[in-house]
Amino acid sequence: MSQSPEPKAPAAKAQVKSGSHLERMFAAGHFAVTGEVGPPKSCSSKSIREHSAAMRDSVDGINLTDNQTAIVRLSSIAAAVHVMAEGCEPIIQMTCRDRNRIAIQSDLLGAYSLGVRNVLCLSGDHQCFGNHPQAKNVYDLDSIQLIRAVRDLRDENLFVSGEKCRFNPKFYIGAAANPFADPFEFRALRLAKKVAAGADFIQTQAVYDVERFAEWLRLTGDMGLHPRVKIMAGLVPAKSAKALRYVSTVPGMRVPDDMIRRMEAAEDQEAEGIKICVETIQQVRELPGVAGVHIMAIAWEKVVPEIVSLAGLLPRPKLESAGGGNAAAGA
Amino acid sequence: MIVADQKPLEEIYAYLEGTRRVLIVGCRECVTVCQAGGEKEVGLLAAALRLKRQAGGEEPLETVEDCVQRQCDAEYVEPLKEAAAGVDLVISMACGVGVQYLAQYLTDTWVVPALNTRFGGGSVEQGVWEERCGFCGDCQLDRTGGICPVARCSKSLFNGPCGGSYDGKCEVDESIDCGWQLIFDRLKALDRLALLAEIQPAKDWRTSRDGGPRRVVREDLRI
Repeated sequence: MSQSPEPKAPAAKAQVKSGSHLERMFAAGHFAVTGEVGPPKSCSSKSIREHSAAMRDSVDGINLTDNQTAIVRLSSIAAAVHVMAEGCEPIIQMTCRDRNRIAIQSDLLGAYSLGVRNVLCLSGDHQCFGNHPQAKNVYDLDSIQLIRAVRDLRDENLFVSGEKCRFNPKFYIGAAANPFADPFEFRALRLAKKVAAGADFIQTQAVYDVERFAEWLRLTGDMGLHPRVKIMAGLVPAKSAKALRYVSTVPGMRVPDDMIRRMEAAEDQEAEGIKICVETIQQVRELPGVAGVHIMAIAWEKVVPEIVSLAGLLPRPKLESAGGGNAAAGA
Repeated sequence: MIVADQKPLEEIYAYLEGTRRVLIVGCRECVTVCQAGGEKEVGLLAAALRLKRQAGGEEPLETVEDCVQRQCDAEYVEPLKEAAAGVDLVISMACGVGVQYLAQYLTDTWVVPALNTRFGGGSVEQGVWEERCGFCGDCQLDRTGGICPVARCSKSLFNGPCGGSYDGKCEVDESIDCGWQLIFDRLKALDRLALLAEIQPAKDWRTSRDGGPRRVVREDLRI
């Protein structure tokens, strides 16, 4: 991928699906940058607003996690309203763990009415990892069925039941992909299924193992998926060698041993973590099929502007205001 | 089969408060096979309860033991009425279905369960049983190589493994095989991976949990 700050001309004028800022960034050929805010385990919006304000000029959108790791937190949709109040564009995450198809569709309608235009469709972390392991999970739909439901609402005006929706929400549809999980051979096929179901953009699991990520990109590219979906490489800057070592033990995460050794040897591990993250951004940016990066600085949100700046991705391109359907413009 | 295991003895013993004579009923079907509630287990539980009562220095407990062919069948349960008439409590050592049949037919006696009914499954090694069927009421096994995603995937996903599948194991616990890895391996071995490329639409769960107890009606068999 070109390092040039000049946007690449889009191949053809794509039809606007949602009009979200993120969609328009991609449509204009820009390399997109998104951040992430984990809502607090309380009803205070303070941290959400502070993190949003700090990231405002460094990212094109902010993910709001949906009770991540199955820990009860302020809702992603409510958090999105606070993000919009700070002048940023939210990307709400929605999991299949806690809601059936009735609640999911109801929340989608509500989110859209509040001005939310991007939704990331996820299975959700199993409840055994959270603070309510006694809870009953739902999984009425899986993530691929959820993607299809959001797309059918947008493109066909149809609820899952087949009933018509009079004023239908038009979301830009995101999905997750984990190039590091098993079975590896299936990972490209799973992306193909998500794209066929209606995913417009993908945010991947954190990339530390660039080689494996490149291999997954090669496979997905061979399947002809890249022109049809915007792939954003996920990045989690490591604050310490200990944190990175822990990440390497999480199922579905791969961290090269030399990277851990490099962190351990560093005098200033935080600085080294930032450096590794910036280098990784530069590496993945060169890979064909990568349309942006998604930086998940969990509990370290304040580092995002520095990383984006060091990666040479500032200033973020400005777009002309959307012709409706952007943040804060309710339905 | 229905796999069950015995409740902690303390929990069963707590049922006995104020009783002098109890009937303990086993079942010769699934719970005999999984060694939780057959004739042998009825004898063991009766002896354990009597000993515990004795050790407490209380009035001795009188136990009546029985084991029927099937507790989920009125034909075998109705004859227990006579034995139940003379006891303060009936302890069922069958699955939850058996307990309910006893409660339905032994109308004048309090019926309690000695087992926890766990799942539909089978033995995977000596002393270990594992779930196999999610009882969803709309079998999908033709598409998944005979491996059930409802029962064997921790999230009951229908379109392949989530991002937590690693080295063939589920992110929930490394002792759990990833159900979708098993499905993938089998479809690959039998050259049917194309089945995985199809998007499975949202499932109609009405066959799984609907209004009231699910029923099967076979008009051809009705009288």
